[in-house]
Amino acid sequence: MDSETLLARITDYASRPDPYPLYAELREAGPVVWQAGGNCLIGGYHHVAALLHDPRMSADPRTGGELGHKPPFLRLDDPEHHRLRNLAMRPFGPPHSPGRVDGMRGEIRRITEELMTSFEPGRQVDIVDDFAYPLPVTVICRLLGVPHEDEPLFRAWSDVLVTAADVRPDADSTESDKAGDQARIEMGGYLLELAERRRGKPSEDMLGAFVNEPDPALRLTQEELAETAVLLLIAGHETTVNLITNGVLTLLRRPDSLDLLRREPHLLPSAVEELLRYEPPVHMRERIPHADIDIAGTTIPRGTSVVLALASGNRDPKRFHEPDRFDPARPDNQHLGFGGGIHLCYGAPLARLEAQAALGALLPHLGTAGLVQDPPPYRQNAMLRGPRHLHVQF
Amino acid sequence: MADDLKSGRIVVVGASLAGLRAAEKLREEGFTGSLTVVGDEPHVPYDRPPLSKQVLLGQATADTTELPVRRNADAEWRLGVRATGVDLTAKRVLLADGESLPYDRLLITTGTRARPWPNPEEAGLAGVFTLRTREDAAGLSERLSAGPERVLVIGAGFTGSEIASACRERGLEVTVAERGPAPLVGALGGTLSKLAAVMHRNHGVDLRTGVTVTALNGNGAFTGAQLSDGSRVEADVCVVALGAVRNVEWLADSGLAADPRGIACDAGCRAFNMYGIVTDDVFVAGDVSRFPHPLFGYQMLSLEHWGNAVEQAEVAAHNMVNPGPLRRPHLAVPVFWSTQFGLNIKSVGVPTYSDHLVIAQGSLEARRLAMVYGFKGRVTAAVTVDMAKSLDYYRHLIETGAPFPPPPGAADRPIAADVPVPSDVPDPSVLSHGPTVALTGHLPDRRLTVV
Amino acid sequence: MRTVVDLTRCQGYAQCVFLAPEMFELHGEEGLLYATAVPDDQVERVRQAAAACPVQAILLGEEVSPDGR
Repeated sequence: MDSETLLARITDYASRPDPYPLYAELREAGPVVWQAGGNCLIGGYHHVAALLHDPRMSADPRTGGELGHKPPFLRLDDPEHHRLRNLAMRPFGPPHSPGRVDGMRGEIRRITEELMTSFEPGRQVDIVDDFAYPLPVTVICRLLGVPHEDEPLFRAWSDVLVTAADVRPDADSTESDKAGDQARIEMGGYLLELAERRRGKPSEDMLGAFVNEPDPALRLTQEELAETAVLLLIAGHETTVNLITNGVLTLLRRPDSLDLLRREPHLLPSAVEELLRYEPPVHMRERIPHADIDIAGTTIPRGTSVVLALASGNRDPKRFHEPDRFDPARPDNQHLGFGGGIHLCYGAPLARLEAQAALGALLPHLGTAGLVQDPPPYRQNAMLRGPRHLHVQF
Repeated sequence: MADDLKSGRIVVVGASLAGLRAAEKLREEGFTGSLTVVGDEPHVPYDRPPLSKQVLLGQATADTTELPVRRNADAEWRLGVRATGVDLTAKRVLLADGESLPYDRLLITTGTRARPWPNPEEAGLAGVFTLRTREDAAGLSERLSAGPERVLVIGAGFTGSEIASACRERGLEVTVAERGPAPLVGALGGTLSKLAAVMHRNHGVDLRTGVTVTALNGNGAFTGAQLSDGSRVEADVCVVALGAVRNVEWLADSGLAADPRGIACDAGCRAFNMYGIVTDDVFVAGDVSRFPHPLFGYQMLSLEHWGNAVEQAEVAAHNMVNPGPLRRPHLAVPVFWSTQFGLNIKSVGVPTYSDHLVIAQGSLEARRLAMVYGFKGRVTAAVTVDMAKSLDYYRHLIETGAPFPPPPGAADRPIAADVPVPSDVPDPSVLSHGPTVALTGHLPDRRLTVV
Repeated sequence: MRTVVDLTRCQGYAQCVFLAPEMFELHGEEGLLYATAVPDDQVERVRQAAAACPVQAILLGEEVSPDGR
């Protein structure tokens, strides 16, 4: 088939259960594969990794001429990206809060156990709705300081926003962009109000830390606070759900790997890394060059939308031995599951701990569990790829 | 032939980072013969970079920096024994205890030692230190913990600067004396050395540049030093950080091409003999070697870099147990790092092999930048300050001989990115500190005058 | 157990600091300091840090045992 329809075929909902043969086709056709819409697609590990570290590649949609508001740090370039990410990092990680995530291990374990109390033999559960979704949502709500009972509210906004942010080569995006803007403003307003209630009152959560920052030079503006809080709340629960669900799916499909992990649970951290390679929660990122750039003899003009297929790089035989094999003990696993370079996933450590806790707690139950439907039904989203439901019979 | 190479007797002289990694790699490559590692220090291989960082900061003790092993090297460790010579004809390594070890293939990884203060009597004063070994670090750390009035650091290269930084972090008064115009100038050139000087002073270091220390004073114990500008520094601890000396004396009569610049070898780590003929059974790796690098005009490079010790040791080990057509060249681009005064400085390529530079990202004012060095119109090096995630991009420019100045387009690119300025790499002989990368090919005599 | 970080590879992602904050520390914005000696109760955390390192720069292991070969 024609390589210039690759992105359309990858993002086609019918490809969701198994896009990997298309990624193989992409690497075969690559390094730079032009698409009918004028953008280009890159799927080889070394090229993707190089472009993630290339200071000429912009994450900001405005570089491509898109009009609009100033995006959150995920889609900003240095030095502004650096400034905002560092401010957002202050209550979350090193150098100012190095023990924050480590200190959540106990809480993550307790939440996991609570969710599992109903997982009895003979019962059928939906791993997504009953486990993989509520776990990260509960964690991010406590971390940020968002009432858990508001979940239906922000879930609706979040759905609209991730749809608007998805990679869709053919669809007219005007409507979804408009809906996205509306949802972003409403969600930002909601989070600002939550933060405002904490002003002047000490609180352990991140919204409280942001709004009560004593040093004016280290304070986020209202607009920055809204953008950052929206980003953290969405990213905190739209991605980890895929990682955990993909983990359960992968282990139930591979009894040998499941047995290995049950025998040697110390392999769990490396198994989670392998999951991030083998079935990453985020499949693609978009970048736009600030200048004409040259990749292996192909010039990509400035302003071109460049889609980096992280999930394809993760399966590149030029980088990984037997890339289509799931190997929980894989050495030298420099996967692209969290991206790379300055935009490497902000919440990666939290996602790792949640996935390790979730899979670790489920391991003893999975030996006798079975998939009700394989492949399971998938979410619409191509960029944030994962099952919508995963029914498992215990 | 290939099978023969996987067996027999291999002796490694030098039991530090390069020796250890080579021993592991030899087993990984399937070497099943006898393997002996000789080291003059009485310790199992330990890591040195933490000695000027974690240990001086009081966060680790000097006796806990042993290197973890990747795999069991199944070697005989002859520790605390100095090698005194090698007989290339009889294929034996001579040891200080009178024994001699027969070998089929020999790897030399004897590294460097701290350049001592030239006056032995003054160097012997209590309170005068160099920093290279575990014992050096333990002694210096103990003295720093006792809270001296002032520490004098002689030489503002990477080691001297890291020592000064650690002292300031511990709240100790520090004077740094450097013969050159600024710290780190020998390794990084003029522009970054000015930032380094600002960092020293902002952190409260009494930095004296353009001076030499003419005498260390004291009656038994160090009490201060005379400087060439006529001033005197009162201090009770002195750290001599004048760079390194290669451990080659034991090879003086060996017939190998060993001199103060190191042991010359080819890109496959095979040592040259004194006639410039390559040997096939003596290999060299790590700080003690000097080797030609095609990216830098085939000049002989000698690198005091942690990463080079590992990579070159692995290439040497591979080549020791594989036949000619399967041998690999050591072509890795040099990478170096230093953490000082809260900044993380990383270098890729050879900054001293340059004529001009540009600030490609960030700025000196922000203390966060990427600087790119060029020589005759192509990129030869880059240095980042708190911007390590860009380093791979610049490494690729160096590896591909990209044109200098580098292509534009970085989002955080300053206006000055278009304006190359001279890189101002000084003649090494005007410095107190020895450079950690030395081009030893074209101007060997100039290199030899460094004291 | 002992640990060493290949700071030639390290790019300051600090994943290790999140996962084992008593063993790894950011010194400034990007420089990494680490505990060379790993006590038994921290081994699991350092293992997690080593697995998570985006540039696979962390090595955990025993030192050379000269007599046990």
